[in-house]
Amino acid sequence: MSQLTGIAASSGIAIAKAYKLAIPDLSINKKEIANIDQEIDRLLKALDVSKSELEKIKEHARTSLGDEHAEIFSAHLLVLSDPELINPIKDKIETDNINAEFALNETAQMFIEMFENMENEYMRERAADIKDVTKRVMAHLLGVSFPNPALIDEQVIVIADDLTPSDTAQLNKKFVQGFTTNTGGRTSHSAIMARSLEIPAVVGTKDVTKQINEGDTIIVDGIEGKVIINPSAEEIQTYQKKQEDFELQKKEWAKLKDEPSVSKDGQHVELVANIGTPNDVEGVLNNGGEGVGLYRTEFLYMGKNELPTEEEQFDAYRSVLEQMGRDKPVVVRTLDIGGDKELPYLELPDEMNPFLGYRAIRLCLERDDIFRTQLRALLRASTYGNLKIMFPMIATLDEFRQAKAILLEEKDKLIQEGTEISESIEIGIMVEIPSTAVIARQFAKEVDFFSIGTNDLIQYTLAADRMNERVSYLYQPYHPAILNLVNNVIEAAHAEGKWAGMCGEMAGDAIAIPILLGLGLDEFSMSATSILPARTQLKELSKEELASFKDQFLSMGTADEVEAFIREKTNQ
Amino acid sequence: MAVEKTVTITDETGVHARPATVLVNKAGSYAADMNLEYNGKSINLKSIMGVMSLGIPQGAQIKIVANGSDEQEALDAIVEVIKSEGLGE
Repeated sequence: MSQLTGIAASSGIAIAKAYKLAIPDLSINKKEIANIDQEIDRLLKALDVSKSELEKIKEHARTSLGDEHAEIFSAHLLVLSDPELINPIKDKIETDNINAEFALNETAQMFIEMFENMENEYMRERAADIKDVTKRVMAHLLGVSFPNPALIDEQVIVIADDLTPSDTAQLNKKFVQGFTTNTGGRTSHSAIMARSLEIPAVVGTKDVTKQINEGDTIIVDGIEGKVIINPSAEEIQTYQKKQEDFELQKKEWAKLKDEPSVSKDGQHVELVANIGTPNDVEGVLNNGGEGVGLYRTEFLYMGKNELPTEEEQFDAYRSVLEQMGRDKPVVVRTLDIGGDKELPYLELPDEMNPFLGYRAIRLCLERDDIFRTQLRALLRASTYGNLKIMFPMIATLDEFRQAKAILLEEKDKLIQEGTEISESIEIGIMVEIPSTAVIARQFAKEVDFFSIGTNDLIQYTLAADRMNERVSYLYQPYHPAILNLVNNVIEAAHAEGKWAGMCGEMAGDAIAIPILLGLGLDEFSMSATSILPARTQLKELSKEELASFKDQFLSMGTADEVEAFIREKTNQ
Repeated sequence: MAVEKTVTITDETGVHARPATVLVNKAGSYAADMNLEYNGKSINLKSIMGVMSLGIPQGAQIKIVANGSDEQEALDAIVEVIKSEGLGE
């Protein structure tokens, strides 16, 4: 047996045989052929087999993911019966006496290049669809097996370099017990999908595809980020026990799904979720989320070549609000682009210090065309649920005032156009820049709420680039400086009768939760899968008792002292 | 004798993948030859890649031409799909 370490992307334990999801070698040669009819027959058969596979995949996508996800496969099927694709291939076989593989490749390449050279990004992406479909036909012509994750019908662990959205869309939870990949991180697409499918996953193992052979027995430990290859009988037993414990634990958590989030001494706080797309809402509801504390709207802008239209955005916002219902709040963060999140089509110049540069609200206030489109879409969607809007990266009161003024202008315009808009939209800010945390009192008079973004607040307060591994030791959520800033923000909010929340990894952290509860935080926003564990933990914590420790941990000198203190007080 | 009709695309995103799929599927269910003309190009309406390759935007005037035994029926059906999909009028 051997063992690999990666990033624990989705918790749980899976034990099963390896299924390697690798694109086979599809290299081809040009050959002269003797029998034209036979060659065309081979082509038609390969097309037929591919079509029936795609039909099955489409059916699978329809039942497991819904009609919308299945649409793409309808388009793929049409490509396989497209006369403009098939006739030229047949012609080439007939006139040039060449093999079907070569004729297919030449024709497909022509179309792929045509689409790749189109101006519109959406059209360019269609090139990938044609590649996908023709690869399948090519595999059948060459007689090599083409991976169909949708057609897996025994319990396996999927091993891949990376998983594309269409790969993950095909995974059947009944059979796919877990997966592990070479690349990716906690926030990569495959990791996010794994958490929403709730299957254990370890990503970023670097060379899992090399280390594992088809059919090897694999353990994926998504709790600790380990992959064990061909384990001994004893190890399997140990992990089966671990798996049972985890399942029992999950059942315990699930009991709390519809329970309120209250501490041992009966104090209620809101446990809400961070999401990136409307598809994430299902996971929020399944995990008993009391709302959405951070809807990152960047995904609407990323992975394409132009800005999303007002309609596109309206559809997404409306979908999230409708799914969450009237009672559960949805806090939408306006566009937070720049820093490490780039939009190539905006053609922003490279900067020496992107995290300190032109990003988020700074960009939105200058490019107010982008900002106004987003605000209009949000305002129009506001009547479909309980919408709250927050601006990211606010460093000065002026920025907040300007952003709010633009919001109110668009609101007036829409009202004049006869559009109905909710009258109770709260407007708040992310607190992630120390200047704002320090003068939170002044802000609290003007904003409706605060949401503390700890990932950035920590990097700005300790002056440690969070992308730089050599200074990662300075990423200290329990640093007393951070806790004092957080305390200042919460006190400021409460002094003005406003509420304070936190989004960012820290809000779901088992050491941070008691601290934040003691400081009086009102809303904790975290990954959906962290909500039930947090609710479980909360039941054991007394807010009053923790609040009585407040002066002690706020006056400590180091993060380690704080951590040791909290561990002792909460028996962790 | 061929029949034809010109329509204007009103959908904000033009003729994108989903309505294109519906159009091509519909066209494929008739015997008549069907072409779509836009911007000086004529493509086979039974070809998904043909339709997609035109990248038809909002505001485009497109001409649908049907030629064959069930041409009128086919043309009517396509125009109906364009309306019901909210593509144009």
